[in-house]
Amino acid sequence: MIISFVLDGEARTLEVDGGARAVDILRESCGVTAPKEGCGTGECGACTVLVDGVPRLSCLMLAAQLDGRAVITAQGLASDGPHPVQEALADLGGVQCGYCTPGIAVTAAEFLERHPDPTREEIREALSGNLCRCTGYHKIVDAVEDAAKRLGSGCGRDE
Amino acid sequence: MNVLFPATVEAALEALCAEPDAHVMAGGTDLLVRCRAEQNRPETLVCLEKVADLAGFEISDGRIRIGAATSMTAVLENAAVRERLPLLHGAAKVFASPLVRNMATLGGNVCTASPAADMLPPLYALGAEVELRSLSGVRTMPVNDFIVGPGQMALAPGELLSAIIIPIPEGRTIQYFEKVGRRKALAISVVSLAALLRVEDGVIAEARLAWGSVGPMVIRCPEAEALLKGRSLTLGALREAGEKVRDTVSPISDVRASAEYRRQVAANLLLRLAQISGAH
Repeated sequence: MIISFVLDGEARTLEVDGGARAVDILRESCGVTAPKEGCGTGECGACTVLVDGVPRLSCLMLAAQLDGRAVITAQGLASDGPHPVQEALADLGGVQCGYCTPGIAVTAAEFLERHPDPTREEIREALSGNLCRCTGYHKIVDAVEDAAKRLGSGCGRDE
Repeated sequence: MNVLFPATVEAALEALCAEPDAHVMAGGTDLLVRCRAEQNRPETLVCLEKVADLAGFEISDGRIRIGAATSMTAVLENAAVRERLPLLHGAAKVFASPLVRNMATLGGNVCTASPAADMLPPLYALGAEVELRSLSGVRTMPVNDFIVGPGQMALAPGELLSAIIIPIPEGRTIQYFEKVGRRKALAISVVSLAALLRVEDGVIAEARLAWGSVGPMVIRCPEAEALLKGRSLTLGALREAGEKVRDTVSPISDVRASAEYRRQVAANLLLRLAQISGAH
């Protein structure tokens, strides 16, 4: 079947098998490698992308479900330069091997839009579907907390 | 694989009639994992995400009707659910992770019919009904009649779970849900308890208790419910009810916990009701 969607701001049309997964066509047909496949069962969150603004697991979506939607990956999040969440993750050491980082970046960016002034507990809950085996999460939470300040103080990317 | 995206309930029902072997997909969080694990791809998937009529909330006549394809995030964020059905809200709060809740649906969790489904014990305790639609009409039945075995439902060919209908409990009730898992997020429950107690003048007028993950299906314990009825809510009464529960549940040992541990926890969870109500 033919699907058309907007990927990181760019219109795409491609032919996909009905059973193809979103994560596979994003990475292999579209060449956007930000979403990673970790577990393939919805438990690790490394494949998270924003679909019409909502964080979703691209390993548990069919490519067919992307038809007519707008998809933003961690790559698209950085299209005008790194998003404040991405800057904060880099600055505060919230990145180690980096495999989980794209999923965390999009989950956190969307969360901060809804919760501009979150508590650490709220950040932990928001990221509870994004596993990281390197950082122990402390620095990731620090980074999201810091990104909230960066966004709130107007030093975000809109400036 | 052929994926269909009907826009109306009628179109979905027609697709199911035309292709009796088609699988219904709501959020896909269980179905797609299963299809891959079992290498068992259905020929046709009828995906419900574009059927607007299957999502959302309606409140009337003392009932909340929740469309079967309503996402768990929507269930969690709904004000009426939070205020009137804290039992359901409590379960939604610990359901998987925010990312899975954005995709998974209430009806999908019911139709997975897992003994460990997080939303089933609350629906049993609340006395929920399922609304089933087919091209020939609509029928309803209690959720505990609908689930007939692990992964099995009393769903006729061509029929679709369209909504879950929950009576809003009257008067003052204590509603409590707790899930014990190996970790906090994304854990399959080892034992869960949904409890609804109506307490009038310090006396338990009605007790409805449902446990998940301690048998092939969600289990209620009429003996424990009967024992609590007419008594005041004390730790002693709950301990006695716990003894009945130990005899009633039939857990298995698996990778997550032993049967004996589950039996113990199923009884112990009742004691929380004393804690949250301040009883001694």
